[in-house]
Amino acid sequence: MKHLNIVSSGYRATIEEQDDTVVWISHAMRNAGAAIDLLLCGAAVNYPVRGQRVDPVTFGGRPQKHGPDVHAQITGFVGSASKVYALREDLDQRGIDHCSLIPEVDLIGRDELPKLLCAYDQVWHW
Amino acid sequence: MKPGKTLTFVLMDAPFESARTATALRVIDASIRRGFNVNVFAYEGAVLLPFRHQQPHPNAVHGRDVGEEDHPLPREWIAGLIAMAAGQGVDFHWINCGLCVDERGASDAIDGVERGTPADLWKMASASDNTLVVPTA
Repeated sequence: MKHLNIVSSGYRATIEEQDDTVVWISHAMRNAGAAIDLLLCGAAVNYPVRGQRVDPVTFGGRPQKHGPDVHAQITGFVGSASKVYALREDLDQRGIDHCSLIPEVDLIGRDELPKLLCAYDQVWHW
Repeated sequence: MKPGKTLTFVLMDAPFESARTATALRVIDASIRRGFNVNVFAYEGAVLLPFRHQQPHPNAVHGRDVGEEDHPLPREWIAGLIAMAAGQGVDFHWINCGLCVDERGASDAIDGVERGTPADLWKMASASDNTLVVPTA
């Protein structure tokens, strides 16, 4: 079964979770044998932008040593086993230069979505 | 899984936060009534939906004591779904994401709730006729 997860809520609880939880569960399901790709839209199109970093956060006397690294999540996910798409219009709406993305990510336009979605047995919109 | 069609639902919202949860439970209720086998994978805050220690409260604004208020509790709704599925002779599995349970201290769930992993979600979805994700906005 071929499966597409659409991630549209970017940076949802990433400080608390240390991950984007949809990218994380996609990775975990792939490790369990799923054939799974990702489509990034909305604020999540920023995930493949190179050079982003979240500094550790401290509340009171409790430092959190690691910051979430969603960019590394995407670079760790994309590859021969899975594709990652980003919605071109959502990148342009946010003024994100396409050259700033890691090259493994495929850009796709809204008018190409029907063809893409039809290529999957299941599409889950998170 | 018993014969017949099977649906899998993924819920994400914590209780008492979103109308999406009640809507999803309505769809699940209708699915069971129509003879579908149903799987639910509770992810993130949704693992608290079947939390055993949810308690009803009185409501002074309504002028009702705790009994009169009969405040809704998601754990009771889920227990109702579990009982109805058994009565209908269909399979019903409510699986809480284990890591989500641990980070929330939500391990004390009502009877009938199972603990699982994303691999369990994948197996359930693969064996289902369809899957609906009801995400947190």
